[in-house]
Amino acid sequence: MGILVNKDTKVIVQGITGKAATFHTKQMLAYGTKIVGGVTPGKAGMEVEGVPVFNTVEDAVKATGATASVIYVPARFASDSIMEGVDAGLELVVCITEHIPVQDMIKVRRYMEGKKTRLIGPNCPGIMTTDECKLGIIPGNVQKKGHVGLVSRSGTLTYEAAFQLMNAGIGITTSIGIGGDPVKGMDFIDVLELFKNDPETKSVLMIGEIGGTAEEDAAAWIKENMPDKPVTAFIAGRQAPPGKRMGHAGAIISGGKGTAADKIKALNAVGIEVADTVAHIGETVVETLKRAGIYDICHTC
Amino acid sequence: MNIHEYQSKAVLKGYGVNVPEGGVAFTVDEAVKQAQALGADVTVIKAQIHAGGRGKAGGVKLARNLDEVRQYAEELLGKVLVTHQTGPEGKKVGRLLIEAGSNIQKEYYLSFAVDRKTARTVMMGSEEGGMEIEKVAAEMPDKIFKEYIDPAIGLAPFQATRMAYKMNFPKETIGKVTKLMMNLYRAFLMKDCSLAEINPLVVTREMDVIALDAKLNFDDSGLFRHPDIVSLRDESEEDPKELRAGASGLSYVNLGGNVACMVNGAGLAMATVDILKHYGGEPANFLDVGGDSTPEKIAEAFQIMLDGGQAKGIFVNIFGGINKCDVIAEGIVGAAKIISQDGKSLPVPVVVRLEGTNVERGRQILKDTPIANVIPAETMEGGAEEIVRLVNQA
Repeated sequence: MGILVNKDTKVIVQGITGKAATFHTKQMLAYGTKIVGGVTPGKAGMEVEGVPVFNTVEDAVKATGATASVIYVPARFASDSIMEGVDAGLELVVCITEHIPVQDMIKVRRYMEGKKTRLIGPNCPGIMTTDECKLGIIPGNVQKKGHVGLVSRSGTLTYEAAFQLMNAGIGITTSIGIGGDPVKGMDFIDVLELFKNDPETKSVLMIGEIGGTAEEDAAAWIKENMPDKPVTAFIAGRQAPPGKRMGHAGAIISGGKGTAADKIKALNAVGIEVADTVAHIGETVVETLKRAGIYDICHTC
Repeated sequence: MNIHEYQSKAVLKGYGVNVPEGGVAFTVDEAVKQAQALGADVTVIKAQIHAGGRGKAGGVKLARNLDEVRQYAEELLGKVLVTHQTGPEGKKVGRLLIEAGSNIQKEYYLSFAVDRKTARTVMMGSEEGGMEIEKVAAEMPDKIFKEYIDPAIGLAPFQATRMAYKMNFPKETIGKVTKLMMNLYRAFLMKDCSLAEINPLVVTREMDVIALDAKLNFDDSGLFRHPDIVSLRDESEEDPKELRAGASGLSYVNLGGNVACMVNGAGLAMATVDILKHYGGEPANFLDVGGDSTPEKIAEAFQIMLDGGQAKGIFVNIFGGINKCDVIAEGIVGAAKIISQDGKSLPVPVVVRLEGTNVERGRQILKDTPIANVIPAETMEGGAEEIVRLVNQA
């Protein structure tokens, strides 16, 4: 179970002949992901890790019946690759690429209007449904099967949190890194909606950071729409100075907006516990689960 | 990336945005020469630094003759301006913008920025010009008007016209205002700006519409398309350590304290800064070392942190995903060889927390090659506490 991807999801890799893509194709296959094809223009007929390569996404989809793709294409071409995936009618496109110009992503979002494709990323680690399928670069050994859904704006913090949960005996349905860019595909609320409707997911861990107001919006949404699934949160960037970009393009406090303090306040106001430090994410989730009386069900590993 | 006001005005002028006549001066003589060439009744002398609030800090002067121009230029060049955006240390003025004064009738606010929620460029306008827009937003939010721009269409003329009327411009200026809006949007789009702000935009007594101030910020990810903009970069405006880190492909922000950290991943790096503060340390920096951590890169990161005696201790916090712990450990050993005379020591305590891919091998490498001052930490929490303790007792 889990959301968006499972053991039956047929996946293509856009930019498969690149070095990083080839490396991660191997990793994804080893995890059990059904990689059925790859795309690099001009490389049709080749094979990468036993996977056939096509010139276009359209060709790959026709030949393989793929419904999802993962993109490892350099930044200046990546927005075009996303649109190609959307045009081919894929259900899900995951874009790992960092440093795509914001104006290019604005065009992509416009292009996606009225189309069925969901986009994860860009500038993200991808998605992993435990023991079934992973698209992206999340290491396969950091999460065990269970009932907590994990959604995060940061890659390494996703692994760190999953690892802490594993050590605390708490398993995960699906983890999703939505990425660190200001203009992107799915945001917290889009993912929370899916977790809400997934019977396997009993609770959610949400990891945010400075910049924008997506965490505040999510807090309001949770209060309104998901009272029955307890949420735990962590926010990175309490010490970030205003006006400074902290690594991620979207991690910036501007015009007094997007501070960690505001986000923590909004989350606390709707009864969501926020871990005080990154080292206490696992413990805080355990406390939330115990308070909600679902610790035993969620203690799966 | 940020540029100076005079550079922003030159870029905007190229797109047909009406700006005051003027030019840059690096010396007092240049300032006088510029003023002479302008021949205006009133000359405005504006300190050029990458920060707002210059007027209140005494960085903008009005001169009625060339003697006054000379006097103000002498006063401003080399002066350290402290505004609400510079921090207490302020910024040294190295350039002046010399402009013809305008007969201001009324000031307005106009900007283009990216709205995350709608994934659209948004045009914002207000009749309350000259004051900080954050203040207007907080005190009179109904005085700010917005137009969201469809990227497939661009700013539609009706949107510009609607905005001009909402902002309450005199009717004889509406045409000029909408033209300026269209041109400003074109500049914003074509140059991959993240912000284009005109505050104030003024209507003069002669019913001219002029961008009296101009601020352009650029999307770093779009800079590869704009070598002309890259060439406008003023490195003296940037923190020298941040500049050096950038050249080595390290994502680094100087935070001024003495407990440094080196982390992989932006989110974990922010969270590590937070946990150091949580345990009573003063964080020296944010540093995301990235995915490809060679010994040379790690050595450079250490040297940047240590430079000027800033770091009294370093917390290395790595969660190995794709980034493998053994590679980081080898990097630390290699860095010690590069940095120290004896090849097996580091000048300040370095607490190392490794977790994730190849963690056992990484820990073994540090055990097998003992480096003076390198202290392995069992947990992140323990490591953070330890480095803060070591720095505070040093």
